[in-house]
Amino acid sequence: MASIIEIEGLTKSYASGFKALNGVDLTIEEGEIFALLGPNGAGKTTMISIICGIARASSGSVKVAGHDIVRDYRGARAAIGLVPQELSTDQFERVIDTVTFSRGLFGKPRNPAHVEKILRDLSLWDKRNAKILELSGGMKRRVMIAKALSHEPRVLFLDEPTAGVDVELRRDMWKLIGQLRETGVTIILTTHYIEEAEEMADRVGVINRGELMLVEDKTALMKKLGKKTLTVVLAERLDAVPAELAEWQVTLKGDGQEIEYIFDTQAERTGVSSLLRRLGDLGIGYKDLNTAQSSLEDIFVALVHREKAA
Amino acid sequence: MSLSNLRAIAAIYKFELHRFRRTLLTGLLVPVITTTLYFVVFGGAIGSRMTEVDGIPYAAFIVPGLIMMAMFTESIFNASFGIYMPKFTGTIYELLSAPVSATETIIAYVGAAATKSLIIGTIIFLTAHLFVDVPVAHPLAMVGFMILIAVSFCLFGFILGIWAQSFEQLQVIPMLLIMPMTFLGGAFYSVQMLAEPWRTITLFNPIVYLISGFRWTFFGKGDVGIEFSLIFVAGMLTICLGIIGWMFRTGYRLKK
Ligand SMILES: Nc1ncnc2c1ncn2[C@@H]1O[C@H](COP(=O)(O)OP(=O)(O)OP(=O)(O)O)[C@@H](O)[C@H]1O
Ligand SMILES: [Mg+2]
Repeated sequence: MASIIEIEGLTKSYASGFKALNGVDLTIEEGEIFALLGPNGAGKTTMISIICGIARASSGSVKVAGHDIVRDYRGARAAIGLVPQELSTDQFERVIDTVTFSRGLFGKPRNPAHVEKILRDLSLWDKRNAKILELSGGMKRRVMIAKALSHEPRVLFLDEPTAGVDVELRRDMWKLIGQLRETGVTIILTTHYIEEAEEMADRVGVINRGELMLVEDKTALMKKLGKKTLTVVLAERLDAVPAELAEWQVTLKGDGQEIEYIFDTQAERTGVSSLLRRLGDLGIGYKDLNTAQSSLEDIFVALVHREKAA
Repeated sequence: MSLSNLRAIAAIYKFELHRFRRTLLTGLLVPVITTTLYFVVFGGAIGSRMTEVDGIPYAAFIVPGLIMMAMFTESIFNASFGIYMPKFTGTIYELLSAPVSATETIIAYVGAAATKSLIIGTIIFLTAHLFVDVPVAHPLAMVGFMILIAVSFCLFGFILGIWAQSFEQLQVIPMLLIMPMTFLGGAFYSVQMLAEPWRTITLFNPIVYLISGFRWTFFGKGDVGIEFSLIFVAGMLTICLGIIGWMFRTGYRLKK
């Protein structure tokens, strides 16, 4: 596969002096779905803003479809569709007008058939003559996606496409992104939700404090990150972990009322059933069980520690 | 100069005119009513005592000043709003991320705002004819001057819109600077009517030269020579273009 975006040594210091990006190198392949994960303030939006021409880089270079984003901004920007994080629309415009406007703004000749197709794909066709202010929040976000797709971009940036969107719409969004990929569009999306990256992405990048900490194939990453915690709420308090449970390396939590076991969901044997069997053998009763995926926060903490150790 | 995305110019121009069309009625009614009021007050009440200025009937004398005054405020207001609103609502992201050059952006926004100013100028001119005979000595020069003024003040408004970070800032320059300067700039009187030192002081007001120049296209004479008026218009255009060029090069208050 050919690369469609090449980022080299990208840094960004805001006017306040705050360093939001610190030497980011990244190559995106044409046709892939790339998920950029990171906590609030990590620099995801900043990175996208620079690539799209909304913010200026302090140093480093970016090429989109072979065009330098500064020297040959027209070539670079013509290839990009952007759906920003914030909902911002021209409230008084009609849906169809605002999408047609975007196409013209990007220098493409009128093509009502294409605009119609996009609006239909996004279930907005019925609302084409509505003013944007008459739409719900989820519909507005879809209008923004329609605008971004109006000029047939090769790369689509979706900055938190599912933030504040209900479960159903989130599923729709995932489906839509899948369909877009079929047409060959490269998609870069940011998210806080690991399951979102899991659902859609081919590759995942994790960014924290302006540094790209890891870029990996999704399957490989999920293996690494696929740890779960099993909490066993005991019927009676324990003072210490019985020696018979050493093999599972469990820890006692909640004042001796709970046992915590961390296991690998991707492993052949998770050890969960054998642990429960052993508890039964030992006559340790339990009232409740629950499992939890390691949160993104845990993953960042783990990554930061790994980084320090290395 | 970089002009290759003409479709973008057309799209923005259309969008802006569409925005004006939404407020068409008030947009056109207001200048008509204001002009009528000025005629009642200045042309009627004052004009009955002060019949002539410089050999021109007073009611006719104030017409160029009225047109200029409306065009100054309309141009600044429309052009500044045109670029301030996208900044305010956040929709500017699309303009910044589009393959559009600074030149194309300016042509589209300033062109649209100037179009509206010219329409309003024309309406006032026509309304004035209902009240008084207004001779036009140099019709071509008059149209040319109106276009130059519309473009210059729209450029100025565009700068204001980029600079402003609140609605208050957007209002303050037109209200506190342009309005008084226009009133003191000979919109309703001839500078010749002032006693010294006021006459000399008034000549430091650039608006005097603009109004005088426009009056020249009507009556063949003004407070100052037409060449001085043209120098001031050219100067204003150059300064505004320079500032806008600098704003786009540095991304001033547009790009983070
Ligand atoms: N215009 C600005 N001026 C100064 N600092 C800024 C500006 N915009 C962003 N920052 C800072 O840069 C850092 C990165 O912000 P950015 O918006 O890129 O984060 P993000 O990863 O997109 O976060 P989120 O997940 O909350 O959207 C933050 O610390 C933020 O406060
Ligand atoms: Mg963000």
